[in-house]
Amino acid sequence: MITIVDYNAGNLRSVKRACDAVGIESLFTQDPDAVAKADKLIFPGVGHARTAMATLVRTGLGDAVRHAFQRGTPILGICVGAQLLLDSSEEGETPGFGFIPGRTRLFRLEDHSLKIPHMGWNNVVVEQAHPLLSTLQTGDELYFVHSYYLDPAEPRHVYATTDHGFRFCVALGRDNLFATQFHPEKSGRVGLGLLARFASWDGTPC
Amino acid sequence: MLSKRVIACLDVRDGKLAKSVKFVDTKDIGDPVHKAKQYYDDGLDELVFYDITASSDGRAIMIDVVERVAAQIFIPFSVGGGVRSVDDASRLRLAGAEKINVNSAAVKDPELIHRCSEAIGAQSVVLSMDVLRVTASASIPSGYEIVIHGGRTNTGLDALQWAKRGEALGAGELVVNSIDADGTREGYEITLTRMIADAVRIPVIASGGAGRPEHLYEVLTAGHADAALVASMVHYGEYTVSQIKGYLAGRAIKVRDTHLQTSTK
Repeated sequence: MITIVDYNAGNLRSVKRACDAVGIESLFTQDPDAVAKADKLIFPGVGHARTAMATLVRTGLGDAVRHAFQRGTPILGICVGAQLLLDSSEEGETPGFGFIPGRTRLFRLEDHSLKIPHMGWNNVVVEQAHPLLSTLQTGDELYFVHSYYLDPAEPRHVYATTDHGFRFCVALGRDNLFATQFHPEKSGRVGLGLLARFASWDGTPC
Repeated sequence: MLSKRVIACLDVRDGKLAKSVKFVDTKDIGDPVHKAKQYYDDGLDELVFYDITASSDGRAIMIDVVERVAAQIFIPFSVGGGVRSVDDASRLRLAGAEKINVNSAAVKDPELIHRCSEAIGAQSVVLSMDVLRVTASASIPSGYEIVIHGGRTNTGLDALQWAKRGEALGAGELVVNSIDADGTREGYEITLTRMIADAVRIPVIASGGAGRPEHLYEVLTAGHADAALVASMVHYGEYTVSQIKGYLAGRAIKVRDTHLQTSTK
């Protein structure tokens, strides 16, 4: 059973439906206790980083996610749910959880033919093997929509990258934590495949 | 590098595909979800549903369509037509649409773009603009005017200025629909598309006039569009989505690799 953290993230229901489609049992909850005790967590996110973090703090869900991470619960963060795992975000200058050192930064691209948000399908390069990426093939494309990007401080936390004016991290991880900037729930079969891998993941990085 | 997107647009009336959409496969019987699934399986990158329902009953049916689409199709899709308030937008968003398209209502009330953007995020707000070529004048310096009500009503708004204003108000993407090209199947309005794509930082979807795959090639290269909308050329069965994407790939346009997608079926 996968527990989806419900803090009004815009993609909550899409994530649930994608889990349904690949036969993964899931539920969403606003109850911090249920989050803290979950077997497996999806931490979704679409929207404004500071607003999201404020909601997490106010509801106690933030503490519950932190507790779950510390007790080894496998966690999959998506989009803003990935960005908040770093120390801080430039979107609203908010602190994040700080599970992984680094910062979420605004795209500042000099080439004005490159659009912001980074919206659409882009191919992802696997930088380090990870169980959740094992079915990904070279050239596979995933769906992105974001104006801020993940900038983890240490290469050892970077599992995949893509290119939009420069190469940046799109999947990061540490221990029982894995998170993607792209949206597996909107990335066709490749994305559904990643969710299916998460369902059978034991929470070890290799 | 981002791929160029091929987006199919389906007109829906009272929960059924509008009559303008013809079928090769009669099994479809006008179900937009069935048609959408067929395109999804064929490698489509994104979908737009345009609700042309006139009645409020029909709009409730649209929510049902959106929910059914969201349960089966795991690519982004947007819904337009009749979005007049933040409530409308939120309802569609909650039902599973990634993005909502605002058009006429935003012309009458530009702050609607801002309110929707605040409520559901700029990335989920698409400003769809219907554009007519006119003689350039002091009030319409670009020579392109915004029209509403399916092109029947002129607004006096300059298309280029409206596009920039929409971006400033918080739209995350633009659909530039040429009323002149629409239905001709002779190609997109390249000059218009390029002018707007070069003037804004947000992605631009070209719309109106697609009849052959080379039209998409033209608008994605010379027209500087990020994505191209197709309707009748795929609805009538003349071309499939994978044929179009295959053609584009053959001309060195980066498109999402469809064979890799299907191989993991």
